Amino acid sequence: MSRYFTEDHEWIDVDGDTATVGITDYAQGQLGDIVFVDVPEEGKELAKGDEAATVESVKAASDVYTPASGTVIEGNAELADQPGLVNEDPEGDGWFFKLTLSDTSELEELMDETAYAAFVSKL
Amino acid sequence: MSEIVHNGPTDATQARGQAYSGDPDGDADAPAVQHLPLDAWHRARGGRMVEFAGYHMPVQYEGVMAEHLWTRENAGLFDVSHMGQLLFTGEGGADPARALEALLPGDIAGLGEGRMRYSLLLSEGGGILDDLMVTRRADGIYMVVNGATKYDDLGWLRENLADDITINHMDEQALLALQGPKAVDALQRLVPGVADLTFMKAAAFDWNGIPLWISRSGYTGEDGFEISVPASAAATLADALTEQPEVKPIGLGARDSLRLEAGLPLYGHDLDEDTTPVMADLGFALSKRRREEANFMGASRILLEREQGPVVKRVGLLVEGRQPVREGAAVVDGDGNEVGKVTSGGHSPSLNGPIAMAYVPAAMAAPGAAVTLAQRGKVHQAIVTPMPFVPHRYHR
Repeated sequence: MSRYFTEDHEWIDVDGDTATVGITDYAQGQLGDIVFVDVPEEGKELAKGDEAATVESVKAASDVYTPASGTVIEGNAELADQPGLVNEDPEGDGWFFKLTLSDTSELEELMDETAYAAFVSKL
Repeated sequence: MSEIVHNGPTDATQARGQAYSGDPDGDADAPAVQHLPLDAWHRARGGRMVEFAGYHMPVQYEGVMAEHLWTRENAGLFDVSHMGQLLFTGEGGADPARALEALLPGDIAGLGEGRMRYSLLLSEGGGILDDLMVTRRADGIYMVVNGATKYDDLGWLRENLADDITINHMDEQALLALQGPKAVDALQRLVPGVADLTFMKAAAFDWNGIPLWISRSGYTGEDGFEISVPASAAATLADALTEQPEVKPIGLGARDSLRLEAGLPLYGHDLDEDTTPVMADLGFALSKRRREEANFMGASRILLEREQGPVVKRVGLLVEGRQPVREGAAVVDGDGNEVGKVTSGGHSPSLNGPIAMAYVPAAMAAPGAAVTLAQRGKVHQAIVTPMPFVPHRYHR
């Protein structure tokens, strides 16, 4: 399984043609206390870069974009009652949605962990 | 991920401080962002700095939620040095209190020494130019105005006050607010005697040779104090305060959520030149004697509106669900027409849910009324609720 990152601070874990998407630890730190997450419903078709979810902290509302195209298999239902999971475990239990990828070649444009760490260090 | 909407205190558009006409820079482009006397102090304590009211200010240290709850249970130290501190004196027997009454609807002449009140700077049409605190001191009338509006206020005041009234902009003074149920314990330890002040009273104190002007007041709904201190001594005082076990530094983010829970309006958001004291439900700021005299700026419009009732009114809203509904969201009627606006809104840490302030038509303004809100293509239901959302705990 490999993990990729976007410049908008989403991560995507890929296992074959199935992927899980969330926001990075850096992103949750910037947002601060998260109080609401709206995740996409099963069956929703998303093209790379589409607004897929909304995350709201005490301070601001932000859109989350899908790093790759595909069909949503599941949104993380836990986040409805426990939006704070995104602060506590952003790259684990605080995942946003899973999808079936329609074009795995899109992943080639994303950063790997090392490249993302270098990207964040310059912000 | 990208940010689509901000709450008030992180909103750079609030930084509307404009050079006033007496400024030697004239109408230069956007004025440079200024540094507070405690700038380095905030940065050394991990304050995340944002631009607000023309200054670099800390929006948070450890996190808005933790800072908010700490203030409700202990004591929070807020740097509000961006606010304008003004002192009015009269020459040749001129009375600054009487002079100011032409511009403010409050009873200023009747304030005893060390007494303060909340008041409003009004336009000729009755619109609110600023909201402020006025105190009678031995050396004159002391006024604290909003940071984003202070230069406009100075221009307006100078233009509308006679030449025998002197305005001293005390820009060499910093202003700290210590707020929360344990504020009195912490401050009394450093400055014996402050515990004897009651809400909306103020006095001069001496702390290790440093002159302090301290009032029992604030904008969080909690008991607490506001301390005017020479800028040169501000860091020493802030250190001494945060060494007290009850005290942590608190940023603008929590200041905003605390004042929202307390039902207190924020100028530039819930109040502006197009809103009147009656619309804003600030009728308490219209002192009885002043209403009878009807001789303040905007009096005819405001008194008529007070009699007939406002067309729209500022109300509190409890929003259903968990999603915050923020400033700029529309209040809509059954047909989807926009009939009002949300002027402040967000997550209430104390109530653990979304709350808001909005202007709604008078017919929708009664407590218990159901209101529909629209934000970014989504509809939210809310109930009109008496404010404050969280009870005030002032020391009266």
